Amino acid sequence: MGKLAGVDIGGTYTDLVVLDEDLQTLSIRKVSTTPQDPSVGFIDGLEFEQTVCTEIDLIIHATTVATNAVLERKGALCGLLATRGFRDVLELRRRDRPHRYGLWGTYEPLIPRDFRLEVTERISAEGDVLVPLAESEVVEAGQTLSSAGVEAIVIAFLNACANSDHELQARQLLEESFPGVHVIAASQIAPVFREFERTSTGVLNAYVQPLMNRYLTRLDKQLAARGYDNGPLIMQSSGGVMTSRVAESCPVNTILSGPAAGVIAATQIAAASGFENLITYDMGGTSLDVSVVSGGEPPVSSETELGFGMPLLVSMIDIDTLGAGGGSIARLDAQGLLTIGPESAGADPGPVCYGRGGVQPTVTDAAVVLGQINPEYPIAGSAGFSFDVNGARTAIDEKIGRPLRLSPETGAAAILSVAIHRIAGRIRRLTIDRGYDPRDFVLVSFGGAGPLFTGSLLKELGIPCGLVPRHPGTTSAWGCVVADLRQDFVSMVNRRLGDVDPNDLERTFRDDAEQGEAVIRRAQIPLRNIGVFREADLCFEGQTHVIRTQLPHGVLTTANITASFFEAYRRRYGHVGESFGGFKTLLERIPVRLLNLRTSVVGVRAQVTLPELTPPPSASLTQAVKGIRPVCVEGRLVECRTFERALLPRQCRLEGPAVIEQPDTTIWLEPGISAQVDDTGSLLIEVN
Amino acid sequence: MDVDPITLAVIHAGLEQIADEMDATLERMAFSPVISDGFDRASGVYRPDGELIVQGPRGLPNFISVMAWTVGSVAKRIRDVHPDDVYIVNDPYLGGTHLMDVKMVKPFFYRGEFIAFLANTGHWPDIGGRVPGGFSSRATEIYQEGLRLPPVRLFDRGKLAEDLLDIVFHNVRVPDERYGDIIAQVTGLTVGAERLTRFLDRYGKDTVFAVIDEMQGRGERLMRDAIATIPSGTYVFEDYLDSDGIEQKPLTIHLELTINGDEATLDFSRSSAPCQGPLNSVLATTIAGAHIAFRHVFPEIPVNQGCFRPFNFHIPTTTFLNARPPRPVAGCAAEVCQRIIDVVLGALAQAIPEKTYAAPMGTVTNVAVGGEDPRHGYYVFYSFIGGGYGGNARTDGLINGNPTIALARTQSLEVLEFSYPVLFREYSIRNESGGAGRSRGGMGVVLEFELRRGEARASILGDRGCFAPFGLLGGKSAQMAHHTFILGGQSYEPPHVTKDEGVFMQAGDVLRLRTPGGGGYGNPLERPVESVLRDVRREYYSRATAKGEYGVILDEETLEIDLESTVRLRERLAQSSYE
Repeated sequence: MGKLAGVDIGGTYTDLVVLDEDLQTLSIRKVSTTPQDPSVGFIDGLEFEQTVCTEIDLIIHATTVATNAVLERKGALCGLLATRGFRDVLELRRRDRPHRYGLWGTYEPLIPRDFRLEVTERISAEGDVLVPLAESEVVEAGQTLSSAGVEAIVIAFLNACANSDHELQARQLLEESFPGVHVIAASQIAPVFREFERTSTGVLNAYVQPLMNRYLTRLDKQLAARGYDNGPLIMQSSGGVMTSRVAESCPVNTILSGPAAGVIAATQIAAASGFENLITYDMGGTSLDVSVVSGGEPPVSSETELGFGMPLLVSMIDIDTLGAGGGSIARLDAQGLLTIGPESAGADPGPVCYGRGGVQPTVTDAAVVLGQINPEYPIAGSAGFSFDVNGARTAIDEKIGRPLRLSPETGAAAILSVAIHRIAGRIRRLTIDRGYDPRDFVLVSFGGAGPLFTGSLLKELGIPCGLVPRHPGTTSAWGCVVADLRQDFVSMVNRRLGDVDPNDLERTFRDDAEQGEAVIRRAQIPLRNIGVFREADLCFEGQTHVIRTQLPHGVLTTANITASFFEAYRRRYGHVGESFGGFKTLLERIPVRLLNLRTSVVGVRAQVTLPELTPPPSASLTQAVKGIRPVCVEGRLVECRTFERALLPRQCRLEGPAVIEQPDTTIWLEPGISAQVDDTGSLLIEVN
Repeated sequence: MDVDPITLAVIHAGLEQIADEMDATLERMAFSPVISDGFDRASGVYRPDGELIVQGPRGLPNFISVMAWTVGSVAKRIRDVHPDDVYIVNDPYLGGTHLMDVKMVKPFFYRGEFIAFLANTGHWPDIGGRVPGGFSSRATEIYQEGLRLPPVRLFDRGKLAEDLLDIVFHNVRVPDERYGDIIAQVTGLTVGAERLTRFLDRYGKDTVFAVIDEMQGRGERLMRDAIATIPSGTYVFEDYLDSDGIEQKPLTIHLELTINGDEATLDFSRSSAPCQGPLNSVLATTIAGAHIAFRHVFPEIPVNQGCFRPFNFHIPTTTFLNARPPRPVAGCAAEVCQRIIDVVLGALAQAIPEKTYAAPMGTVTNVAVGGEDPRHGYYVFYSFIGGGYGGNARTDGLINGNPTIALARTQSLEVLEFSYPVLFREYSIRNESGGAGRSRGGMGVVLEFELRRGEARASILGDRGCFAPFGLLGGKSAQMAHHTFILGGQSYEPPHVTKDEGVFMQAGDVLRLRTPGGGGYGNPLERPVESVLRDVRREYYSRATAKGEYGVILDEETLEIDLESTVRLRERLAQSSYE
């Protein structure tokens, strides 16, 4: 193929991977994210080391613009138009509470009540117009909202999933009257049942769309100015990539862009090492993303919750996010208890040791004070820059150590121990919640801050083996390089299967497939093939929960759809009819309801060929030794050997205590932990 | 037996996982939307005597101690135990809640030895009786409330008791859907049995039971430690239910809570006598309410049999909180139980106000409409509505919280409109309904719907129409419930305010429900002026309320704060309340 660039912009760092397949070279780069305009860091990073944009054949990009906007509540000012009587659907949620036990906590919707207006219109559940749309009210409401300064307006009418005419009509009116405002019809983002969840999805899309569009336009322009005019491909939460045009119209699909790319990469890297059951654990500067991959397939869900009262109805890789990263701030709470995060020092000012004006001690500061991280070899550091160890020590002493009557080193150790405990608790719950025992899995750790804690986490979780990819700090960027193109479609049917003509279903799938193929081909990327996956959300009449069922290839019939559903139902619930004979036939008497059709069109990209990433087994380990450095282990300073990761020969084995350094991360092997480089260049970490 | 910390954590979480999977199976397979979407269900594993081993973490809180009671009464009645038997039971006096909560119980054998019961419960939308949905507000005997099943075998050695099923299906409305719920409940138990067997194979029976003992010991210790943080003493509190639906007089729940070191004694003996209407409670539900209240104050303590040990209860049968057959009990699980929680919170607030809450809305407002849809035939539409939570030391009260006894969500309006001949006309935040306070109460809800087709009978079983959710530490009480029918163009308000049954509705008739907010916490004059401004901008309450309750003066046009007049007004109001 030639030269591929993967670029992942995270909250703290922008990671770049440039793979030249012809020359068999891989260059890796990590620069600080430029939060004001992330495209600045993007271009700077790309132009490093004489890479010239014109020489790059394809740029694939994962971005946290959308994620950060939501998590930090820094999205656009939006307004909402609802059916008269229903502007509070967004704020009332489905009647719940933030904590199972305990009655505190409130809910702040992304669009507050004074920005939610009502217009006269009504559509029935069957899709009939009961009250026509009052067009003048739409324009009037648009006027009110636009003079209040909104950048985007969401239209979310009741039953628009059954008939979206009013939403589309209102959208057109608003687009004509207020050309500068983004207008989003919720039914076009998530054309599915359930008003609160659909409204929430539309609102999330509106909340991030203005930012995302500004960003992508700027990026396209800057790349074009440098001679790259293909437009970058954008990673979606589903783990597949799309053109930036597609991402602009549905930015909510990128909300887990970077993390999804990480899971795709981790799955591919672990598969090369022979593992297919993984807990992927990606820790960067601000957050931690965990996903459980079983059988080599990243889990995809159709519904996720971004926070209390923020459901999102789009296909995405199932990833759990926790506000804990290297930049997470350590502090004492009201009761004097040491807590870590979720506040983060971010990229700017960053941890205290960066010397950029940060005063709150962070997880990274603790690792620096303990000597786990080499102050002369900071992540993404440029020549001559070194960490301010004394600054970090002073901050920990002032904010944590003295109030708790601990030495700065013990304070630093306490910070790490609380952080690890919190992370391990979350990982344990996620795996066990899904019916797995974490001990049957391999912990794949990546992200700039992840590998540092691999050993401690393995011990805490009782997991025997961990894997650190060759370039853990840029895993998501690597995921961009290897990911396929993908377009997902969903359309609501909501009828009894028996009343549906399978030819109509075929037609929907065919239309989706054609549309998806066209979009994918427009990207003009060399592909091995295009695959179409047809799924249906099915349930027995009367049930609430559907089963996302893969449909057979070839001609669809009511009989083979039903058979696929029964098969999926049996796989999911197993037991129906086995020990209790009569029930199977009872169930089969109940009509089947078809709620949604889902089409995924996947453009499988040409396979990339990888250069050798590590020296051969015959190379000398001594060459890899960088030196000896004191690291504080359980209150004592222990002299530890430090190694350069790039020079570790394949199959070599190291015993902790030891430190392995590489430009994008540091791996700390505590006593009782050993590491071995495997043939793919990945590092396998084991508890002795 | 010593268990290392990792194994302890894994087995503990693994057991919860088994119960959680039983819940998930039941929830995902169920046909009753109350189970599948409303989470009105629970699953668990119990010792052969009924003692709780583990219950699903997402199960309905109301069932935390009730299910152990159910299983215990099944255990007492069983003569011969067989692994392929499944018992069905819903008798409140044996099963613990109202008739609609149908429980299934299955003996569990491991390597030939009977070592546990698996059980689950799910709320059926109908169980027969005088009104669709089971929430009769005028029943005077349990016989009128629906079909009452003692523990009987639904499966006898793996064979479905079809005769029994026939009896059940001849007595409930919309029986077809109940087929699906029975399958879901039985499958949930089967899943549990299989998972538990595999789990015991992997970790060993002795280790697993050692962990269970250890966790119960820890649960007890944690609960004792928590109780010990409450200053010892006796705290008295009472609150009321509107009426029993028959007699126009309030029911009093009187609690004398005595904290003595690390033990708590709850004496309810001075509460009202058993009532004629369906607002009686059975003992299991009364006790469950008290446990839930403590859990809301000490949420970090895990639920197991151990944490029940530090409690003593005095709830004589001379009170409506320990009614005997054949008293009607339809209101016990949803309404009485929430008031018990309010009363326990109120008593605890005297000792540790910073850890508790002003009163939440305290009612589920059960609504059931049943009739003949000319298009789709006979139906029962059962729903419930949220309300505001009380302000507290940490935050304002939540708007539209779910009942304190449950985790049940309300169903999607679109799904309801698709399934039943109803058309919603409004679903909104009820302005002004949260009590004023430094932390204000959360707002209640307005829900209004119209019958689209045919004729129907509607029943409501709610509360808090006569006694408002209380405020705390100077916070004001919330607005009360207010429900109105519009029948043939005429407004009709139920004589018992929050309770009525069999109200005849025709196409075009309307029911408008307004639920209570939560009480306020702390002096409203201390609420930050910016928060008051924000509330007014959002129309949670009016400028007049901002002035009258919070002492904040906002410009009529711009809503800007007039800081000078505000300071003066707040001083004056503070003075007058002091005098």
